[in-house]
Formats: sequence, structure tokens, C-alpha cells
Amino acid sequence: MSIIVTDPETLQDPTQQFNPPAWFQQKQSEAQVQYDDLAAPTRRVENWRFGNLKALDFSDYTNAPFSETEDFDMQITGLKEASGQFIFANDSLVHAESDLPEGVICLPLQDALEQHSDLVERYFMQNESKLGSAKYAALHAANTVSGLFVYVPKGVEVQHPIESYQIVSGDKCTIYPHTIVVAEEQAKVSVIEYFKSADEGQSLTIAVNELYAHKASQLSYISVQDLNLSSKMIMLSHSDADQDAQTRNLTLNVGGSWVRNEAFTHLKGKGSHADMLSLNIPSGTQEYDQRTYQHHGAAHTYSDLLYKNTLYGKAKTIFSGLIFVDEGAHYTDAYQTCRNLLMEDTTEANSMPGLQINADQVKCSHGSTSAAISDEEIFYLKARGIQPQKARQLIASGFSIEVLDRLKDEAIETLLLGYIEAKYASL
Amino acid sequence: MSIIIKDLHANVDGTPILKGLNLEIPKGQVHAIMGPNGSGKSTLSKVISGHEDYEVTGGSIIMDGEDVLDMDVDERSRAGIFLAFQYPMEIPGVSNANFIRAARQARLPDGEELDAVAYYKELYEKMDALGIDRQFTARAVNEGFSGGEKKRNEVLQMMMLDPNYCILDETDSGLDIDALKVVSNGVNMLRSEERGFLVITHYQRLLNYIKPDVVHVLYDGQIIKTGGPELALELEERGYDHIIKPLATA
Repeated sequence: MSIIVTDPETLQDPTQQFNPPAWFQQKQSEAQVQYDDLAAPTRRVENWRFGNLKALDFSDYTNAPFSETEDFDMQITGLKEASGQFIFANDSLVHAESDLPEGVICLPLQDALEQHSDLVERYFMQNESKLGSAKYAALHAANTVSGLFVYVPKGVEVQHPIESYQIVSGDKCTIYPHTIVVAEEQAKVSVIEYFKSADEGQSLTIAVNELYAHKASQLSYISVQDLNLSSKMIMLSHSDADQDAQTRNLTLNVGGSWVRNEAFTHLKGKGSHADMLSLNIPSGTQEYDQRTYQHHGAAHTYSDLLYKNTLYGKAKTIFSGLIFVDEGAHYTDAYQTCRNLLMEDTTEANSMPGLQINADQVKCSHGSTSAAISDEEIFYLKARGIQPQKARQLIASGFSIEVLDRLKDEAIETLLLGYIEAKYASL
Repeated sequence: MSIIIKDLHANVDGTPILKGLNLEIPKGQVHAIMGPNGSGKSTLSKVISGHEDYEVTGGSIIMDGEDVLDMDVDERSRAGIFLAFQYPMEIPGVSNANFIRAARQARLPDGEELDAVAYYKELYEKMDALGIDRQFTARAVNEGFSGGEKKRNEVLQMMMLDPNYCILDETDSGLDIDALKVVSNGVNMLRSEERGFLVITHYQRLLNYIKPDVVHVLYDGQIIKTGGPELALELEERGYDHIIKPLATA
């Protein structure tokens, strides 16, 4: 066991001292060229159907400057029991604390690049963006200097989740957090990443996370997006599941003005299993645009996607999902469900579920529903004396809880419920 | 102390259903309303509890001197009216314990928090009294409950909310005889001088277990006959026609 504590008082602007390996420098300059070369999405691109292309004008944003820790005077309340806690502010590490089993590497990206360059190279930006944001993946790759690198060796279980906070401050500032989680054979690890604003500035977060679950490992990644209501975010997620591995990915969105999530899961190995979950509560004029891909590349693979949106005010959501079953990926079970609860008739929920099956003996289903809150359910609660506003809130939170129940982890459920209830209380 | 309903008229989708209904339910008594299908039984329960689809076009409902028709659904409940639903709603994701707790919390003054320990103690006692398994506290409200479990859950809520007036809307529908006994026992536990009951039913069977003080016959939106418990037996034997037909020819 090792406990590392970084004292924020002694921190200096890390980019000043950062000495990245040559391959990384080269990759960054290539990515910059790629970003410049790639065309911005247009209306005609299927992956941007219904999407808000105006939100993609980042011309007046600059990379977030190093900030003094006094600028980040905010309450950090995470899990009671965590195996690690890392806090990044404007892409600089301000706090690190961990208590991890022997052999586990859990380091800020810069330290990982310096100390384990080969290992990082094997996993960094190895996946082609297939859901529409190749240009922004390139922008991210060209600029990222921060994030968490987690490597869990064969057979090692990390007992509690590792928490990573990405905090952004300043106006028209961009951060590029990059998270890599690798679980070797039969390893087990869970990471929770929080995206938060320290002020009311209009920020931009372009985040990438890459999750590699090797043979028979268990890997869980949860993102909690609680940015201020004028901030934008693009988050690109990629999960790889080898034979008999289990991956679980949950995205919670309560903040932000415009958020684009792309989640790609590749079930590469026979018998692999993936849960893809999302819980979104947009209100006011918030827009959440989510694109998913369940790629079944081997036989006897299982994936289950459940996305739930509760929409208030003039909020807008887009869900576009594809289940793709490769030739030879027989005996695949794949499920995809998107449910929208429309709390007001001024909301807009777009759903585009999809299936493409090239194998036999496959069990697949996909479905999407949108419904207003039921008057009869409201009547039942009011007939018990519960005030109308509270009755609506109870029903909406009940709608969300089905997603949390899938986690089968009381501590994380309680944590996420806190964010959900805070959101409802703010409405 | 009573609920007094005077000359009550109500429409559903513009069609008059209640057509000048008069009824008084004093505290301490159990009144039964029987009537054929379509006579307005369920409409009456919905109108008293304040369902918005039911439009009151005339008359009054006064509870202990207060104008009920002036109150919203939730206010009526907090003022002491309880409706046991014929078809209790399923509320996915909301646990039974949290649901009842929210209803109890709604009865406290602003800023006052329900004592959770005392609440659970009371909830468990009442569940035990009704033979409801503890696991039902964590289960979503009525979700996947059998007909009998749903009705028992209605009685549990009634016990926990301690209302002044209880309306039971066809509580016997869909119950087998064992479930009917359990539910009736629960209702009987709540009978007191401090509480009035309106038991709406299609069949006399329920009234073998919940013995009424007064029986009313509802037909075409009006109370057409009132009597003692023997009236229910008479209806069971002879049907509604012998009461309705003379009226039609009169």
C-alpha cells in the first residue's frame, strides 16, 4: 500500500516543467494537423442529425491558464471510501491522495508519460472516433496535458473507486482531460470522474476516456457532469472488452449548457459483457446530444444500454444508438433502451435507435419511448397529501432510480442520488 | 362532525353523472353505498377527493364546517380525507417507505423534519398488524404487487395517515376471500368514534366483514334509498331492479 499526498501549497505550473516523450510530442503535432485538415460537421452528417452545430464554434476559446488554488475554493464531497482522490484544476493537478494495492499505477497523465512512457503509448488515443467527433478527438489529442492514468495489473482488485475531479474556471477557457483505465486479466477497478465549474465562466471541456478491460477483468467508469449552466462539453468514451471481461459505463449529466457524449463499446472477446448507462436531467435551455455504439465483435457477447432523460423547460435531448453485430458474432445478446420523461410540453426529445445484425442466433432489441408524466400517478400522490411539486419530483426521481439500481452499489447510488436530488431541488 | 354533501352535481367529459346527490357521513359511522354499474359510485369518490377530470357543476361538500370543493386534492388529503383506490397506481422507482414518508412529511409545518426512527418504528408496527412483509418497504409503490397486496397497501397508508374520513372505492374488487378478510380486518382496526367511513361497493359480500351502520342505494347519480344493514342483504337477494323499477314508473 502506498499513500501519496500532494500538498497544494507547493504546486507549480506543471506545464513549465513537463518534458513529454518524443512519441507523445509527435502524436500531438500530428493531431493538430489532423484537426486543421478535418472539416467541421455539417447538417448532412448523419452523426450530427438534430445536433446543434452552432455549439461547435470554439474560435474564441483558449486553453485554460494555470490557476492558483485559491481560485478553486469549492467543496469537494465525494465518496466516504475511495482508493484514490485526484483533483485537477484547469488541467493541473492540485491534490493527489491514494491508497492502492502493490503494482497499481495511478498517476496524473504527465507523471505517467514520464515514468511509464511505453505503457501509456500502448493505450493513448488508440481508437478511431466513429461517432462524428473525429475532429474534436484530434483537437483533444493535440492539446491534452492532464488527466488520470490507471493501470491495474493481473489479478489485482482495487477495493474502492478511484475519484478524479476535473475542475474548470475562467471565461472562454478549455480543458482537455484524458483518462485511461486499464484492467489486466482478472483485475477489478472502478473510476469516478467529476466535471465541475469553479465559477460562472463559459468553459469548454473536451474530454476523452479510454477504458481497456482485458480478459475476465471488471472495469467500471462513471462520469458525473455538473458544470455550470453556461459551459460546454464534449466527452468521447471508448471501452474495449476482451474475453469474459465486464465493463460498465454510466454518464450522469445535470449541468452544462450544451453537452455532446459519444460512447463506443467494443465487445472484442468471446463472452464479454457491457453495461452502458446514462441518466440526464436537462432543464431550462440545456441540450444533451448523445451518440452510442455497441459493437459486438465476438460470439456470446452481451451488451445492455439504458439511457434515461428527464426533461424540463425548453430542454432538448438527442439519443442516437446503434447495435452493430459483426459476422461471426453469433449468440449475441444486445439491448438498447432510451426513455424520455417529458416534464413539460415545451421539451424536445429526439431518439434514433438502430440495429445492424450480420450474425445468426442473435437476441437484440431496441426501443425508445417518450411520455409525459402521468396525471393519474400525480393524482395518486396528491391524494395522499403530497404537494404537486413534490409529487412530480418523486415520480421523476423514481424514473431515474431504475438506472442507478443497475449499479448494484449502494455507496455510488447514494452519491449519484445526491446530484439528482440537488438538480430537482434547483428546479 | 361530519361530511355533508348537498345537491351535488358533477360531469365527466360534459356528461352529467351525479345529479343532485345528498349524503351525510358523521364521524363514528360506517356508511355503505351500493349501486349498479354506471350509477356514479366511483365518480362520487373521485369528486370527494378532488380529481380534476370530474367537474362539479353544482352543490356543496362541507367537512366539519370547511368547504371541501375549495381545496386542491392534496389539501383535502391533509385536511383528513382518505381515498382508498379501486386501482392503486404503480409508481416505479419510488419505494413504498419513501412514498408514505413523503405523505407524512407533507403534514408537517415548513422546515420541520419527520423523525425517521419513530417513523420506521410505526411503519413496521402497522405492517406487522396487516401481515405485510418487511421487504415491501423497499419495493416500488405497488409495482408487481398482487391485487390483495395493493389493497393491503392502501389500508397501510390509511393507518399511517390517520384520516378523519375514509372513502373505500370498491376495495373488494379483485380480492379473494382471504385477502378480503385481511383488508376488512385492517379497516375494522381503524373504526372509531373519531372517524367516518364511506364504503363503496358493488357487492354485499364486503359488508359481511365491514359492518355498515347505514346503507344507501345510488342510482343514476342520486341516492334513491337509505336503510340499515338489512338493505344490503335485501339487494343481494332481490337485486336492484325492485327498487329502481317502481321509481321509473312513478
